[in-house]
Amino acid sequence: MIEIEDLHKSFDGLKVLQGVSFQVAKGELLALIGRSGYGKSILLKHVAGLIRPDQGRVLIDGNDLGFLRGKKLEEMRSRFGFVFQNGALFDSLTVFENVAFPLKEKTKFSDHEIKKRVLSILDEVGLSGAENKYPAQISGGMVRRAALARSLVRNPEIMLFDEPTTGLDPVIGHAILNLIDSCHKRFEFTGIIVTHEIPKAFEIVQKVAMLHEGRILIVTPPQGILSSSDPVVHQFITGSIDGPIQYR
Amino acid sequence: MIIALIKKLGAISLLGLRGTGRMGLFLGQAFIYASTPPFKFSRVLQQIRFIGFQSILVIFLTGAFAGMVLSLQGFYTLNRFGSTALLGPMVALSLIRELGPVFSALMVTGRAGSAMTAEIGIMRITEQIDALKLMGLNPFRYLVVPRLLASIISLPLLSAIFNVVGIFGGYIIGVRLLGVGVGNYFGEMANYVDMEDVLGGIYKSLSFGVLITWVSCYKGYYTSFGAEGVSKATTQAVVLSSVLICVLDYFMTSILF
Repeated sequence: MIEIEDLHKSFDGLKVLQGVSFQVAKGELLALIGRSGYGKSILLKHVAGLIRPDQGRVLIDGNDLGFLRGKKLEEMRSRFGFVFQNGALFDSLTVFENVAFPLKEKTKFSDHEIKKRVLSILDEVGLSGAENKYPAQISGGMVRRAALARSLVRNPEIMLFDEPTTGLDPVIGHAILNLIDSCHKRFEFTGIIVTHEIPKAFEIVQKVAMLHEGRILIVTPPQGILSSSDPVVHQFITGSIDGPIQYR
Repeated sequence: MIIALIKKLGAISLLGLRGTGRMGLFLGQAFIYASTPPFKFSRVLQQIRFIGFQSILVIFLTGAFAGMVLSLQGFYTLNRFGSTALLGPMVALSLIRELGPVFSALMVTGRAGSAMTAEIGIMRITEQIDALKLMGLNPFRYLVVPRLLASIISLPLLSAIFNVVGIFGGYIIGVRLLGVGVGNYFGEMANYVDMEDVLGGIYKSLSFGVLITWVSCYKGYYTSFGAEGVSKATTQAVVLSSVLICVLDYFMTSILF
């Protein structure tokens, strides 16, 4: 279970997070929505222990990430899978080598077993036949699927997705969300997905949280956010120009 | 006005101090991880191939011409004093004690140091380093340690190649072209060059290997965002490494010889 308590973070005096608190129960997938450039990815990196908060705590099954160092932090991080916005595949390795990398480095599987697992997960994300291609030789959608395969291949307990559909056409975007949904059902991970795919993403998550001005404005099941009377939430969901959210 | 100036100076000093401290910690961490398991031998070999083996051609060319020009200039200078017989030791000592280690380090900085910064910098801005961390892997062990060990192994060897090729280049010009006796060239060399000179050159190469990797990896690891950030970091790495090589060379020469 992920618990975030009163998280604060500033960069050069700019307050990005100002007391963020919410929880994600075991096996639950939460969609984190909010305006672009207002700290959703920063919040996700706090959850992964990549950024330390100025104040507040991130607890994973009761363990405060802020107190973990060295080997213990490495062990905790290996429980995570993270799909970055641009995939963050190693560009000097092929798709197969990228997906095999965490298995080679973190497990004692034989080469045969690694090959079997990698080919199986690549098949699952629809990348059979692309295993010998380099990240620069495949499309954006394939990069995200390869990144998803690399994260899932170790069967992580917690999956974090940072805008996995940004920059993709709607069809590919929805296919990626369906893939996340099927993987969530199969692997039963706990997850947070930062997304702007509204309302499509609401079909695959159990909860939605909206980050606004450094705080969590609402945490609710998807139906709750669609029927919310909060003017900020309503404007954001409907994408209206008129309302309390001022675009400059 | 004065207070504002003092504040600005203080802020700049603190920034410099913080940067120096961070660089120091970076090197300390690199050495700690280099001396504790797990060791990544295959990655070290890959880096030896890149830093060492693939630099041989450039070392060969610069070494040959450095030796040739040294021989040419040395001959005309020594000729004024009637001491052309000392051309061999002059070429050899200049190469072994100074030019070999310094030139090979500068060549490696330009060829491999810049590539280290660019590669690690791009990995940083495309979140590949974060991806490594999230696999529960230590980026220092994967990115810095193999390069550090490869440089420590490669630099003395490259410097040795530079010296041998340079001495041979000096021989072509001094003996074949300008008529210095082959016995004088190599005989006097054997008389004047001591083991101490050779060891001094090796110590310098080892230090330069650490220096190049330290500066290049540090600049890449802490690069700022975007293509401009990587470009700036690469330039800074090459300039800083080159300047520090010359500075360190002076201090090592004054201590070692």
